[in-house]
Amino acid sequence: MTSLTVAASSVEKSKILSSLASLRAWAFLIFLLVGFEAWAHIAYQTTFLFNPFNLQSIAIFTVAPLLLALGQTFVVISGGIDLSVGFTMGLAAAVFARCLNLTGPWLGGFAVAILVAVVASAFPGLVNGILIAKLRIPPFIGTLGMYGVARGTAYLLAGGTTVPISNPTASILGNGSIFGFPIVVLITAAITLIMQWSLTQTRFGQHIYAVGGNRQAAARAGINIPRNTVALYVLSAVGAGIGGILYAARFSAGAAQAGEPLLLDSIAAVVIGGASLFGGSGTIVGTVIGALIIAVIQYGLVFVNVEPFWQFIAVGVIIVISVLVDQSQKRLTGEQFVE
Amino acid sequence: MSNSIPILSVKGVSKRFGGVHAIDNISLELYPGEVLALAGDNGAGKSTLIKTISGVHRPDAGVILYGGNEVRFEKPQQARDHGIETIYQDLALADNLDVGANVFLGREPVKRVFGIPTIDRARMTSEAVETLKSLDIRIHRFDLPLRSLSGGQRQAVAIARAIHWKAKVLIMDEPTAALGVPEQRKVVALIHRLKENSVAVIFISHNLADIFAVSDRIVVLRRGNIAGESCTQSTTGEEIVRLMVGG
Repeated sequence: MTSLTVAASSVEKSKILSSLASLRAWAFLIFLLVGFEAWAHIAYQTTFLFNPFNLQSIAIFTVAPLLLALGQTFVVISGGIDLSVGFTMGLAAAVFARCLNLTGPWLGGFAVAILVAVVASAFPGLVNGILIAKLRIPPFIGTLGMYGVARGTAYLLAGGTTVPISNPTASILGNGSIFGFPIVVLITAAITLIMQWSLTQTRFGQHIYAVGGNRQAAARAGINIPRNTVALYVLSAVGAGIGGILYAARFSAGAAQAGEPLLLDSIAAVVIGGASLFGGSGTIVGTVIGALIIAVIQYGLVFVNVEPFWQFIAVGVIIVISVLVDQSQKRLTGEQFVE
Repeated sequence: MSNSIPILSVKGVSKRFGGVHAIDNISLELYPGEVLALAGDNGAGKSTLIKTISGVHRPDAGVILYGGNEVRFEKPQQARDHGIETIYQDLALADNLDVGANVFLGREPVKRVFGIPTIDRARMTSEAVETLKSLDIRIHRFDLPLRSLSGGQRQAVAIARAIHWKAKVLIMDEPTAALGVPEQRKVVALIHRLKENSVAVIFISHNLADIFAVSDRIVVLRRGNIAGESCTQSTTGEEIVRLMVGG
């Protein structure tokens, strides 16, 4: 009898520690919510969390960073990074606004504008994917180049400024709600569910984990890595494009700089959510929590009347703590077996 | 064994890289349920020979017969589709995925949930459990990523993957090199079990003790040629070493 067994204690230890790691993001979120609740009570004798308006605002604040972070999660799990998402979002916002002004207020024109903006946002993703998969340019460099190209193109399309929109359907999309749930939040929730399903229940998702875990093993197992890579970056870009459309609809303006601060937020959400920038790990649930943490910090600081610049410091500190926890967890679990 | 049909025959195969004959006019035969050890110093041509069999290299001369028919593999994938699996030293496993996902890597089964194609994880795990059980390998936890398994267990998963996909010829490149002594013994025991299941094994090793523990026949390569071939039972370590160094 060949009994290749790990000592039971080490298995249990590794199990407990890996579940702790997935709870890390939750712990941050709960800590922040409790903190802001206490702050609101002490300083303003009011509630933070038990106010539907606050919850709705946090959900709306989550939309844009999350839409960028969902695709970024796929890219990061595969071992890459997409630096171009911020301006892909701005590009889509500008294209959407320009198109809408051309087509006028009829519903068909609105649909055409959405379609054109989605296709326009897919394009940078396609180029990123081809550069990385076929021409073997490192993702950091390829998407950094696209960051510049998308940025310039977005500003050129927007004429260096923002493109105002006056379209009734767009303003329903951006500001309407169904049973008290903002439409932008419902759309984002639906996209999140689709992304969760693709990552965990499809061969595409499984292969992304395999490529991120061991690229050579994935290639030897017959996984089509170039096709997979192109699909990843298109997915990331389209997520950002939808973010840009919702932004333009919400603020009635297509702004090239719409996504500028969101690139780092998207990477922060993915990392806080437990993904490793070396690839191979990460979850959509983690990324959602990561995006919620960023939104709670942003909205919470406004709510307790603190200068909003503190949000950069808070997000920065949480990113570093997340990675530190991740590393100590890896040291304590099964990593010792890997030569 | 000589009266059965060889599963693999290599006839007069040569491979040159530039002016160098990496292997020159090599012939050997491999029978089902047989373990053939390839011994030889570094640069003797062991790697080139197995890569030529597994479809990584195309031979410049000679033919390879598989199950009695001539085969020409353009890519390793074609050799694999025929049932010639190679396990390299790095094992080609995704350490972030569990056992089932690794056994089915790149060939994940799909079921339909409400008409939507969905990965059948339950089937991946249950079939992986079956295969490991048939090889008498015990792994307690199938839900953990492979990085939490030991070197020997990971080797066992790589072998189980090959067996699950009906490998008839299993080429193992230094399977025991990265393992501690107790785990080396377990891999040796596993190779004995493959033999019982009529899998033919080509085993490359530097470790003479392992070669003598598992192999039926030893082929010694030296500078791209066959320096000698012996039945394991009727030879000694000294003789093999002499053939390797050319004394």
